[in-house]
Amino acid sequence: MGTLIEEIFGRRAGRPVQAGEILLLDVDYIMSHDNTTPLAIKAFREIGKPIYDKNRIVLHLDHAYPAPNVLAAENHKKIIEFVKEQGLPHFFHQGVCHQVMLEEGFITPGAIVIGADSHSNTYGAMGAFGAGLGSTEIGVAWVTGKCWFKVPETIRIELKGKTQPGVYAKDVMIYIAGMMGMDGGTYRSVEFGGEYIDNLPMHERIIFPNMSTEIGAKCGLIAADDVTIDYLENQTPAKGPFEKIRPVNPRYERVVEIDVATLSPQVACHPDVDNAKPLTEVEGLEVHEVYIGTCTNARYEDLEIVANMLKGKKVNEFTRVIVTPASNRIYQKAMKNGLIEILLDAGCTVTGSGCGACIGRHGGILAAGERALTTMNRNFIGRMGSPLSEVYLASPATAAATALTGRITDPRKSFEAIS
Amino acid sequence: MGKAWTFGENMNTDEIIPGRYNITIDPLELAKNVFCEVKPEYAKNVKPGDIIVGGQNFGCGSSREHAPIAIKGSQAKCIIAPSFARIFFRNCINIGLPILECPEAVVDITEGDEVEVDLANGHISNVTKGHTYQARPLPDFVLKIADAGGIVNFLKEHDIEELMS
Repeated sequence: MGTLIEEIFGRRAGRPVQAGEILLLDVDYIMSHDNTTPLAIKAFREIGKPIYDKNRIVLHLDHAYPAPNVLAAENHKKIIEFVKEQGLPHFFHQGVCHQVMLEEGFITPGAIVIGADSHSNTYGAMGAFGAGLGSTEIGVAWVTGKCWFKVPETIRIELKGKTQPGVYAKDVMIYIAGMMGMDGGTYRSVEFGGEYIDNLPMHERIIFPNMSTEIGAKCGLIAADDVTIDYLENQTPAKGPFEKIRPVNPRYERVVEIDVATLSPQVACHPDVDNAKPLTEVEGLEVHEVYIGTCTNARYEDLEIVANMLKGKKVNEFTRVIVTPASNRIYQKAMKNGLIEILLDAGCTVTGSGCGACIGRHGGILAAGERALTTMNRNFIGRMGSPLSEVYLASPATAAATALTGRITDPRKSFEAIS
Repeated sequence: MGKAWTFGENMNTDEIIPGRYNITIDPLELAKNVFCEVKPEYAKNVKPGDIIVGGQNFGCGSSREHAPIAIKGSQAKCIIAPSFARIFFRNCINIGLPILECPEAVVDITEGDEVEVDLANGHISNVTKGHTYQARPLPDFVLKIADAGGIVNFLKEHDIEELMS
């Protein structure tokens, strides 16, 4: 009996648990990528014990892949040698780690998955516990199969109503970040629910747990339902049966109610994610780059929105428009269905899947004085390159509308034209 | 007993140790530059057993472990703050750097106060001012990790289950 996190942790502990308790729990999967795996290997070597279960380790190359410099190449080499040495079965370089974790079926309702990446919260979209940790803990989990957790208090965000055309989950989440602030969810499990979430397809649901990191949350959760089961059965190789774990007579620390029907497109302005404003307040601001990518908003449906808005048109000639599908699988589907051709015809650059531009590594770095509008989840100072550049966060529709004009543009007009 | 060093709110990992010094993970090397931009006198004058008193959301920013390692390398005994950023909190525990959450202590303690901390029961005593404050005591498993000098060292000698026993 309890909140969703108490229900998930309680099942694993084999007894009811309550917020505040500290538990040592078995973890299903331990995720890390090219940025964080080398330090985990170091901790592993120092501990000097064997790997507990190779099947639980999932490694990705995505943060600086293909390698943009020698240092990144050396990281990749070290990781590949480790994978061979240990005979690890789950090794991927086919897109952004969190998307690949979802598509490959590692994330199922009630699973407990830790990752050496702060956006491991993404897994909450499947009704699983996902949280980011430091590299040392990843090395520890490799040899123990376990991790300690404090059962967090829960903030419930109850979303009512239906969004207006042209307003997406990203707009709602940027609004929530503005309202809660960057530490509004620290240590907390943030549970997203209500009729808006119930009616939302999976690719839109993912935004909320993914960006729960931006309000400091330990995890962001959405209870599994028919939409979840449908996604797992039809879009992943995961094997059921899946349990639709739900909160039972939960005691929440706080409940926040929002009517999404009143929201207009939102933009998270430089330099903080909680610097959220209605788009109309920054409309017309010049941008030098539009980047559509990342674990937040580069799924097939996102690319479809962008392609529909750019079809038969040309992006602004002085705006670099970069599209990075979140995974190879998304890239292939987009290619098969003609989206990539539309994007290229419109003047976009379509890159291989990965995280490069979002962390200022490669594939879209900004110069001093430049401004980007992107579908990312973070806009800290210097995130995409020069510390004197600016990053604005918005939905894929806003990004597409902005790509056409080179200025922050309200997507609602073009949206009306299409529909 | 140690001297209190006070810091402001939202002290981020770059302010604790700027990224350019993260080319090493040697605690003593990192300690030479800890807080170098926000309080350069700290690294020069800190004594073993001194206490860091921080503001809310201490350690926010990157998940990099260099920040708590640098503080531990400076031989500070512990950090007291009203709240810590989540991954920093875990990293401190795992590298064996004790942390206490105590808003009352943070409001009252001023830099240079002589402070005594009993980690096992969370009792904080400000000897200079004659005040005492009570933090939530550290769980036993955190003390075990701290005593071993971090989770990696703990695991060299023990099984992880022994943390909770």
